Amino acid sequence: MTERKVIGTPRRKVDATAKVTGALRFADDLFLPRMLHCKLLRSRHPHARIVRIDTTRASTAEGVIAVLTGRDLPIPFGILPVSEDEHALCPDVVRFVGDPVAAVAATTEEAAAAACDLIDVEYAPLDTVASIEEGLDPGKPHIHDYGDDGNVHKRVSMEFGEVDAGLAAADHVREDFFFYEGNTHLPMEQHASLAEWSADGRVTVWSSTQTPHYLHKAISKVLEMSPAHVRIIATPNGGGFGGKSDPFNHEVVVAALARRTGRPVKIALTREEVFYCHRGRHPTLMRIKTGVKRDGSILAMDFTSFLDGGAYGSYGVASTYYTGALQTVTYEVPAYRFRGARVFTNKPPCGPKRGHGTPQPRFAVEVHLDKIAEDLSLDPADMRRRIVQPPDSVTANWLRIGTMALGSCIDETVKASGWRDKFRKLPFGRGVGIACSSYISGAGLPIYWNNMPHSSVQLKLDRSGGVAAFCGATDIGQGSDSVLAYCVAEILGIEPLDIRVVTGDTDLTPVDLGSYSSRVTLMMGNAAIQAAERAKQMLIPAVAEKLRVPAGRLVFGGRRVFDVERPETGVSFAEAVQIAEARNGAIGSVGSYTPPRSPGRYKGAGVGPSPAYSYSCAVAEVEVDPLTGIVRVPKVWIAHDIGQSINPMLVIGQVEGSVYMGLGEILMEEMTYRDAERNLVHHHPSMLEYKSPTTMEMCDVHTILVNDPDPNGPFGGKEAGQGPLLPIMPAVANAVFDAVGVRVDEVPCSPHKVLRALKEKMKGRAARFGPTSVPDYAFPPVTRILTPAQGGTGRELDGRAHSEVGGPVGGPVEQAGETTAAAIGGLTRERDR
Amino acid sequence: MLRLPRFTLLEPRTIDEAVAMRASAGGDASFVAGGTDLYPNMKRRQQTPATVISLARIRELQTVTGSPEQGMTIGACVSLTTVATHPVLARHYRAVAHAAHTVSTPLLRNMGTMGGNLLLDTRCNYYDQTYEWRKAIDFCMKRDGTICWVAPSSPRCWAVQSSDGVPVAVAIGSDVTLASARGVRRIPAAALYNNDGIAFLTKAPDELLIAYHLPAVGCPPEAGGSWRATYHKLRRRDAFDFPVLGVAARVDRDGDGMVRSARIVLGAVASYPMEIPEAAAALVGSRLDPLTIGAAADAAFRPAKPMDNTDFTLGWRKEMVRVYVQRALEELAED
Repeated sequence: MTERKVIGTPRRKVDATAKVTGALRFADDLFLPRMLHCKLLRSRHPHARIVRIDTTRASTAEGVIAVLTGRDLPIPFGILPVSEDEHALCPDVVRFVGDPVAAVAATTEEAAAAACDLIDVEYAPLDTVASIEEGLDPGKPHIHDYGDDGNVHKRVSMEFGEVDAGLAAADHVREDFFFYEGNTHLPMEQHASLAEWSADGRVTVWSSTQTPHYLHKAISKVLEMSPAHVRIIATPNGGGFGGKSDPFNHEVVVAALARRTGRPVKIALTREEVFYCHRGRHPTLMRIKTGVKRDGSILAMDFTSFLDGGAYGSYGVASTYYTGALQTVTYEVPAYRFRGARVFTNKPPCGPKRGHGTPQPRFAVEVHLDKIAEDLSLDPADMRRRIVQPPDSVTANWLRIGTMALGSCIDETVKASGWRDKFRKLPFGRGVGIACSSYISGAGLPIYWNNMPHSSVQLKLDRSGGVAAFCGATDIGQGSDSVLAYCVAEILGIEPLDIRVVTGDTDLTPVDLGSYSSRVTLMMGNAAIQAAERAKQMLIPAVAEKLRVPAGRLVFGGRRVFDVERPETGVSFAEAVQIAEARNGAIGSVGSYTPPRSPGRYKGAGVGPSPAYSYSCAVAEVEVDPLTGIVRVPKVWIAHDIGQSINPMLVIGQVEGSVYMGLGEILMEEMTYRDAERNLVHHHPSMLEYKSPTTMEMCDVHTILVNDPDPNGPFGGKEAGQGPLLPIMPAVANAVFDAVGVRVDEVPCSPHKVLRALKEKMKGRAARFGPTSVPDYAFPPVTRILTPAQGGTGRELDGRAHSEVGGPVGGPVEQAGETTAAAIGGLTRERDR
Repeated sequence: MLRLPRFTLLEPRTIDEAVAMRASAGGDASFVAGGTDLYPNMKRRQQTPATVISLARIRELQTVTGSPEQGMTIGACVSLTTVATHPVLARHYRAVAHAAHTVSTPLLRNMGTMGGNLLLDTRCNYYDQTYEWRKAIDFCMKRDGTICWVAPSSPRCWAVQSSDGVPVAVAIGSDVTLASARGVRRIPAAALYNNDGIAFLTKAPDELLIAYHLPAVGCPPEAGGSWRATYHKLRRRDAFDFPVLGVAARVDRDGDGMVRSARIVLGAVASYPMEIPEAAAALVGSRLDPLTIGAAADAAFRPAKPMDNTDFTLGWRKEMVRVYVQRALEELAED
């Protein structure tokens, strides 16, 4: 292997100085001449028909330039083509407290806010849907006029292999119920957008978005403009975590207001409004039943999830599938049944928060396995170690696993944490818990059906010796701009700071689907490598000719291009570009990346496939005060299978950030609402009362990076942004059990729940707090899919494909084309993250 | 972002000037010291005074005077950071300094003042919300509405006394001095508060709290002192959060360790600092042994009646009264 100069060594981000000095310009830092300020009037009803809107008083108020209502923007939009159920401003029905109904553009923010109060809206209140149970109630009014079954937006019912037979053959069968409360992203930067209309009929929108490409499509659609006339510039995000991945109503509104007024229009959301944008964690009620052998190896798993989706579709169809898709990726599950249902409720819409749909089932699975280990008197670390899904395999639900270093992660974490000296050995009140996880490095399929690349990179080399790298990816703080520079610099043998990075601008940069799904490093990185390799090939012949050195002996390094056998013979990188430019003209190259096809062909197979899966294992140590139930977490040890660190410092940053976010979820965060009598208002849409950890609650983190390069990753790299979050919540819950012997089968693990469980234990009753059942909902019969081990084809058993001869496990799959598109139809448009 | 409503800002240089300005400003005026309570409330339109009279330039409000032997006086505009770190206060009035230290975050303690802390507006999850949020539930009786959402059939407001400094001020038996155009008066801190979420202060709106008087400690701590006090605060996070329970306790013991008198005051369980005489009575005449402490903790637990209007569940908060009183007294027993 050639020695790498850039990849794998810690170095600063390309935008580090701008960030730490405060010079970096976020969307709300932008001001344009004659700029107007926008405010949205939001619904104060959780569910109501709009009878009448009168904007007369607002329109004539001082400083007001324009007022829009739903009538002005009748075209719906939404991130998934199958659920375009949002309007920029509600035209006829409001579906949660905070749903926008009108927009004002005024000369000052104060004037815009005052004018909102002058808009008269007459509502006819409708009965509300407040919970999963009410969402399943056929007697409730329908929040939308589409969906799988009344307010059931999406339901899934499928089985891989013979689950009942597996359970019957098991030495031990266990059933558990869990509830995971909703929570939100809480980015430091509140969403902001600025739109400018140009005299030639084009609009430019600067926005704190993770997905400029999808916003580009949504604004073009709603404004009925040619995409060629819409430019989206993603400003640096002050945190995203999935909360800026949807196209949002306020982004569409400022574009429309800019067109209406001919002036730039900016909106900067308040913290309260960010809570109403939400798209965070779905509250999820789960049932899991697993049959195991005496050594803990799994024979069959039956998993059911009910998701409280809030008022709109968002990514919800994908979220629903994700609560079931990745159980098989972590541990070997030869037979697997998954049923899931997402309901609409009159609350802010849920969507993709870090881990998207997988933290809830991961919590359930890992606590459930901990209980199984306890039942079987097995060490939960050793048991997990034995049952990991093997590398280079295909799971029961047809996900192709490449590299898999979970075993090493468990070994490293057990060693570093002193697990053997602590588990069941610490004094009462102190304990350790372990949990594992896996996550995708980008989704195998795009959100809307197409067979174009998922990421593209364009390079411009010029005679100065500098290189400009263009890519549609968006830096949301994770460092993707830096990764782009590192990858190009490594291949071209120059320094990352020699590279000018231009990203997230739909006019200037080639398409990248966005910063979600943990996809950017892998997909953009691969595209960048291809572009840089191609650029290299444009320089080599010219330099070889000039130096009279065989092309095969030229190498790039130290800002030079030189003869590997006589290193003193060479030219500077800038000279190399000049020579090539003189010989061939301007130098530019492109590269792109499309993920490999997945073997799954059944409806629903689009959610779960990834070019590479990351793996994590965490041990948490806790202190539980038995008199108060308060849980503190002094330390977490976590090992993450990163494949290959592009910049280990940034990877560790992602891991530590994940631990921090995980502590918030397990210890305190709750996105909750008052009851219907109190209008389903959000309990506490503020940074003060929505409790999220401060530095005082943050634990020490011991991070171990396990390098096991994956052939699909750039330089072998896999994701780091989401996977390390997943084991934190169950590791803490399992540690609470080790500490005081009670189970809190809910997230968050609040003090009153711990205390209640301790009291139950003292009374000799079940020492737990959590749900004891799931709703008795009639799912449709399962779609049956044979597993690879059963010689399946990856298609539904009763489908046309059943008659086809099944290929060997992991064998060649069909070529992409019409047949494939049809077979996975309904799904190719529905997935992601 | 949330914007402040328009108001006239006045900046007096003396107490006399301040109270004169307040008298001439009429009813729609407010004093402001650090502004860490008032300005966020104004952004949410919980308070919308037409005139705001800043005390920041009044030098006489910014001093700490006196001695532990004679008693000390903290000017109303002394910052919470100063109170928390003042060497004499930290040594001889540990509970006062500690309570100040537990308020919010370092940045807000730099701005927030002792006087402001003693006059902190009562808090409630239905009241400490933006105008738009409050509008969605048709407001509440504390501002713009008629109902108390915490107890809809109740004729009164149940907003919570949420200052860390207040329970300590009452427990240690401190006084405050109030000034207005009508003159100056000194009253016990306990007399300043009222169990009503709206009318939570007994002072007239135009009265300016100018000084916080701490009682004499008698002799130095290492010589036994004359009394001991402590403050235990329950909150979600160890920074930033208001108390959901505050326990302030003062115990006076004789040379043999027998309790001569005691005062136990709960914060954040009512609209005023709730003194629990039954808990104090359980201590008098005994040593601070586990049995006595347990009896006092039980006595404090019974009358405490937290409502569903702060962080955490109310049942758990009530249970915590027993634990926190016990731990406060255990700390004093170890002294």
